[in-house]
Amino acid sequence: MNIELFFQYIAGGITYGFIYAIVAIGFNIIYNTTGIINFAQGEFVMLGSMTAITLNAFLPLPVAIVLSVLITMLVGAVIEILFFRWLESPTVLRMIIITIGLSIIIREIALAIWGVNVRALPYFTGNEVSSVSFWGVHISPQVLWVIGVCSMMVLALQLFFKYSRFGRQMRACADNREAARLCGINTKNMVTLSFVLSAGMGATAGCVVSPITYSQYNMGVPLAIKGFTVAILGGLGNSLAAVAGGLILGILESLSVWIMPSAYKDAIAISILLLILFFRPRGLFGRKEDLREF
Amino acid sequence: MLRIRNIESGYGSIKVLRKVSLHVSPGEIVAIIGANGAGKTTLLRSISGLLKPWSGQIWFRGQDITRTPAERIVKLGCVLVPEGRQVFSTMTVRENLLLGATVRLKRGDHGEIERDMNWIYSLFPQLADRQNQIAGTLSGGEQQMLAIGRALMARPELLLLDEPSMGLAPNIVREIFNYIVRLRKELGLTVLLVEQNARSALRISDRAYVLETGRIILEGPSEDLLQDREVQRAYLGRDLDRELE
Ligand SMILES: Nc1ncnc2c1ncn2[C@@H]1O[C@H](COP(=O)(O)OP(=O)(O)O)[C@@H](O)[C@H]1O
Ligand SMILES: [Mg+2]
Repeated sequence: MNIELFFQYIAGGITYGFIYAIVAIGFNIIYNTTGIINFAQGEFVMLGSMTAITLNAFLPLPVAIVLSVLITMLVGAVIEILFFRWLESPTVLRMIIITIGLSIIIREIALAIWGVNVRALPYFTGNEVSSVSFWGVHISPQVLWVIGVCSMMVLALQLFFKYSRFGRQMRACADNREAARLCGINTKNMVTLSFVLSAGMGATAGCVVSPITYSQYNMGVPLAIKGFTVAILGGLGNSLAAVAGGLILGILESLSVWIMPSAYKDAIAISILLLILFFRPRGLFGRKEDLREF
Repeated sequence: MLRIRNIESGYGSIKVLRKVSLHVSPGEIVAIIGANGAGKTTLLRSISGLLKPWSGQIWFRGQDITRTPAERIVKLGCVLVPEGRQVFSTMTVRENLLLGATVRLKRGDHGEIERDMNWIYSLFPQLADRQNQIAGTLSGGEQQMLAIGRALMARPELLLLDEPSMGLAPNIVREIFNYIVRLRKELGLTVLLVEQNARSALRISDRAYVLETGRIILEGPSEDLLQDREVQRAYLGRDLDRELE
């Protein structure tokens, strides 16, 4: 085994791991305020990167990205307002089925708009061949972008939940929804906010990763499966555990190509998911009360 | 302050409250006593907007709040301390109190919110020592104080209390009841108190209603109800036995 190549794989694994973590955190945010898994989470990632690519045709890259993230957040808000807000005490199952339906609809709309073509945003700095080396390991600067942007997002989210008024209200809503209402918190607005937040994070992740993984109308599907695996792996509801879970899955997938054909890479997430659901349904790092519905 | 007329309410197709009417005047402490399952909690949930009444009307300070959402009713100044405290158990004491002041944040009186919080800490010194403790780890009595403190942070005019004595040791119950009297004296707070612990509730209240299987069967000044034969037999009996021992 070539040690340099090994670290190369690890770096690749970390890149994907962070994206999975962001998708998982998106699941967590909505799960915490509503108790449901939003299976359209992967579609936010797709919408973010596809919209940015389209906008980038006539706008500078940073502007295109910011706009596309804002547009995706708006889509998140509209989805919540149209499909969830008005439901009178809906069951968890009913809401989850709605999210599955939404993910299919969004994908079909994306197919109609963008077709099946594979596209990509340009590298944020440098190009495909540029690389930075650390102790002999060459990695693309875009990998650093992914790691940097995703870590910043996780950090910002932690600060938001801990110190901001709305973050505190969202936690209150997750802790005890009825008590939150009795404090005068509009819990419906908190649910909308959770959709906006996770749409924004997903879209941002979709933009930073696009130069490496490319983007296509159906890219959200595997991301949703893996993000879901990571969310379960970390125990639903916990951001830092999601990062740990994401890195574990990303690195496992990346190293798996040594022992089996890369076509089987995607099977790893599913196997892990099934193993956890069978043997440790509260996740590796989860506490008992985090797992309310599954 | 609060007027309820012919409220009917329930869950699914099960009717719990049958044409309940009552009123609470400013500055009063009014008790609602009744056995387990009589519908006391259902009544308070209907007043506070957590449960939509099937029919009837509720007015708070002259305003019809029958169909008003819970969070708006809090803003109007009618705040419920729910059964079983319902503190935010994963958050700190300080965060719980801050959340209680949510309806005042928009008005931007942050200095006043901080001042009120200190006032609550001086009222409940046990909470002051535990500002950064996670609320779920507090004792039952402390959680009840926190739940009351959180409600007070909204600066209510009417406080609805659902069985504040539930599951607490007798000396803690006495302490909580003393606080209720003190709040009326110091803040001029109006209180609607729901209790199974009938004797204590009748002792600190001005008037009381007796709720039985969703109906008000008796009402009057608390002193009179304490002397009432029926009430003594049905609700104070157990306490009497204990006193005779
Ligand atoms: N969530 C609920 N769903 C169905 N029935 C309920 C629910 N909560 C209470 N009840 C029923 O309503 C009746 C009154 O309950 P409640 O208002 O909690 O009484 P109390 O507070 O006086 O003990 C009881 O018969 C109880 O079984
Ligand atoms: Mg009750």
